[in-house]
Amino acid sequence: MLMPDPDQTVISRKREIVDKLREIVPGEGVIADEDELKVYESDGLTAYKQPPLIAVLPESTEQVSRVLKFCHKENIKVVPRGAGTSLSGGALPLADGIILGLGKFNRILDIDFDNRCAVVQPGVTNLGITKAVEDEGFYYAPDPSSQIACTIGGNVAENSGGVHCLKYGLTTNNLLGLEMVLIDGTVLRIGGKHLEAEGYDLLGLMTGSEGLLGVVTEVTVRLLKKPETARALLLGFSSSEAAGELVASIIAAGIVPGGMEMMDRPAIHAAEDFVHAGYPLDVEALLIVELDGPQAEVDYLMETVSALADAKGAVTKRVSESEEERMRFWAGRKAAFPAVGRISPDYYCMDGTIPRNQLPHVLRRMREMSEHYSLGVANVFHAGDGNLHPLILYDANKEGELEKAEEFGADILRLCVEVGGVLTGEHGVGVEKRDLMPDMFTDIDLKQQQRVKCAFDPDALLNPGKVFPQLHRCAELGRMHISRGQLPFPELPRF
Amino acid sequence: MGDRYKPETIEQVAEIVTWAAAEKVPVEVVGRGSKAALGRPAQTEYSLELSGLTGITLYEPDELVLSARAGTSMAEIEAALDEHDQYLAFEPADYDALLNGRPKDEAAASGSLAGVISCNLAGPRRIKSGAARDHFLGLKGVTGRGEIIQAGGRVVKNVTGYDLMKLHAGAYGTLSALTDITVKVLPAPEKTRSVLLFGLEDAAAVAAMTQAMGSSHEVSAAAHLPSGIAKDFDSSFFPNDARSVTAIRVEGPGPSVSHRCAALRSELGGQTDSDELHSHNSTPLWRYIRDVVPFVSDVSAEAGDGNAVWRVSVPPARGADYVAALKLKLGEATEALRYYFDWSGGLIWVSLPEGEDAQQHAVRESMADFGGHATLIKATAELRGRIPVFQPLDLGIAALSSRVKHSFDPHGIMNPGRMYAGV
Ligand SMILES: Cc1cc2nc3c(=O)[nH]c(=O)nc-3n(C[C@H](O)[C@H](O)[C@H](O)COP(=O)(O)OP(=O)(O)OC[C@H]3O[C@@H](n4cnc5c(N)ncnc54)[C@H](O)[C@@H]3O)c2cc1C
Repeated sequence: MLMPDPDQTVISRKREIVDKLREIVPGEGVIADEDELKVYESDGLTAYKQPPLIAVLPESTEQVSRVLKFCHKENIKVVPRGAGTSLSGGALPLADGIILGLGKFNRILDIDFDNRCAVVQPGVTNLGITKAVEDEGFYYAPDPSSQIACTIGGNVAENSGGVHCLKYGLTTNNLLGLEMVLIDGTVLRIGGKHLEAEGYDLLGLMTGSEGLLGVVTEVTVRLLKKPETARALLLGFSSSEAAGELVASIIAAGIVPGGMEMMDRPAIHAAEDFVHAGYPLDVEALLIVELDGPQAEVDYLMETVSALADAKGAVTKRVSESEEERMRFWAGRKAAFPAVGRISPDYYCMDGTIPRNQLPHVLRRMREMSEHYSLGVANVFHAGDGNLHPLILYDANKEGELEKAEEFGADILRLCVEVGGVLTGEHGVGVEKRDLMPDMFTDIDLKQQQRVKCAFDPDALLNPGKVFPQLHRCAELGRMHISRGQLPFPELPRF
Repeated sequence: MGDRYKPETIEQVAEIVTWAAAEKVPVEVVGRGSKAALGRPAQTEYSLELSGLTGITLYEPDELVLSARAGTSMAEIEAALDEHDQYLAFEPADYDALLNGRPKDEAAASGSLAGVISCNLAGPRRIKSGAARDHFLGLKGVTGRGEIIQAGGRVVKNVTGYDLMKLHAGAYGTLSALTDITVKVLPAPEKTRSVLLFGLEDAAAVAAMTQAMGSSHEVSAAAHLPSGIAKDFDSSFFPNDARSVTAIRVEGPGPSVSHRCAALRSELGGQTDSDELHSHNSTPLWRYIRDVVPFVSDVSAEAGDGNAVWRVSVPPARGADYVAALKLKLGEATEALRYYFDWSGGLIWVSLPEGEDAQQHAVRESMADFGGHATLIKATAELRGRIPVFQPLDLGIAALSSRVKHSFDPHGIMNPGRMYAGV
């Protein structure tokens, strides 16, 4: 993966830069020691490693603002980092850049049950928010599987999702406000406890911007009341087509389940071997359908879904009768990644989205690719919203296998785009899918996105090398090639 | 007023905008024209109407997705969705009667899809299901540079590239002319019921709505009509003694709805009289609230019926405090003030006589303590030229917004000044 050429003058000025940064963030908040910097050398995409020049761990918005202002003036690149669980290399450092770690921003500032929101610092973990409000029966809805570790700042940057976003939305649908700092040190506040910020929806633009537009220093999230109850069905099918048909028929019946997750045979076996959740082993596809909400509703819909499952030929069917049983159904799905990690020395997690009805076709093509590359693949699938997580099995110690796995992955993502889907559903483009962006966007589309970036960060100092395959200078992007024209379409009707 | 263009293809749109960019002439971008009176008065010579770009291009009910060309009427979209018992969950509002003073035709939703998206109009369900921006999955359009761009897609889970949909929702056509729009659709609820509480004062009503929203009953809307407003709504279920009405809506499968409705009544009803409306009677009430019917008159915004209508957004639990602060500021002028609450107190529709500007300024000044914003929705062009229609932005946000505008529209030709001077 080619990153922007390191700026040798910045690297050679390391000592001086460290001194300057220590004037802003005193003591241990500035890390320059090479051994200590190793902690930051990669994120959840462990195939790539690069220690940063320096790591800075500020504690206040004012420090963030001063650090960014300094970096802006001195032309130093900055990579923001939360917990470093990104699976797309979003927080991969640069040899000539600083890592701006937001781990010390770990306080919950305000919980407002009346307005159903919480104001938190970006380093608070996703689960930390729910933990802080669950005594009152509230929770924060988006639930990425990494929720014990990942930060809300990282969630905002990646627009993270979880198994319940079919019904409750992604990060972007659950935010009310932000405080952020631009690369020139300007501190901006967007939105608040009211619904909808004024002016352009900068909150929406920031969400999913992968640390390229600004550094988030405070987040106001929506809180929801915990559903009265939740029950799950565990359904086995003899083909993924049949499972897919059930998913479509549930939606056609007007039901939007809290979660709807599918696993294929290799994933079922790996998970069952690992956690003994009681999954059937002689099926091709396993579906977990969870209904949540008021008790009266869940019980009623459970019957409908159960009847639909019979009609669609489910070969095994279990309905959770207790909270413990429901958790057991989920245990295998939730442990699917580490479970696959046990059957293969390494695995590579992909994240494309497809129109749901393309699933059988995509799975078939994936099996062909798997043969072509002689690499195994296990699939977990957010079946309700078409988000695929193929896990490609490989061995990094075998010469050339990582490259092969990456090619396989790229083929899968191109296939997703080909069938009307997208390159990434929730993990972000980062460095990983950067070079595939032209498969989904035209040159004009990508240039327009970069012009938006220029409005925030004209010198491309924030997280460069991510998302965009080619870096253009803002001055060049701003130019317009104009040929003076005549009034268009003399033949068009005018009024 | 110069020429009006009504292109029928995206290429034609691109050609017109390219020409306008070359000549640096501003263009008014309009959908079907129903919201022409919304925003700062335009000073453009040319207009680009998207009403020639019509038709649903993709609708897959099982996939919960619909794409249509920008000028497709909301009536056409809603009819197509109806056939499959689906809907746009953000409950798009129709301000046609409010702005244009036409008598309200129950069946017709007159605006275009692009208009609803560009103004980010959402109705009572916004408090639960989000606004237009939350259901906007993909776009195609022509930027102020005359370039054809696309963003997003037809799937819900998508983080590939910046979310330009959010940026265009609520941009009032100041960035690009949208030509194709893809939205998420959802199954419409089988049943609707509304719990009605009678005679609550504002503060007690907001407290009741807050309690309902904080329950696990999945309330999908909560509004409060003070007595003056409630008495105008023509329903045999409303009290005939001019008491206020607080309405709380639940939706879903039949057994669930009746169960939740009963629970809400017992949890909230203790303090006052209550009743409930079933699906058939609920619909007109929520449409009345959604489309600001209490402030509709026979006279259009342009002609002026003497009143200015504001849409005020504050933290929901502070709704009553806001109105109290406004009344205090207005002093004697309070007499002519009319208002009601939606979004569990978070949205306050305010009607005040046009006239003294000090009273209009009071609308914004009254929220100083809690944050929020106010938009002048219906007023004469004269008033909209004099008073900022949209909430004035903080300096840093204003500067950033104009840079964002510039990135799409360097010559400032797309609806210039519709939202803010320089944007
Ligand atoms: C086992 C595992 C399971 C996962 N499951 C899911 C899942 O179910 N759903 C899902 O969506 N993701 C999942 N992820 C991916 C990852 O957890 C999310 O993307 C998460 O949001 C990243 O948060 P983080 O704090 O670790 O951010 P980091 O990895 O530190 O950073 C991610 C990106 O955000 C930027 N960033 C971080 N903080 C800020 C800030 N304050 N301001 C500006 N930019 C910032 C960084 O520059 C980087 O580009 C999973 C990851 C793992 C390892």
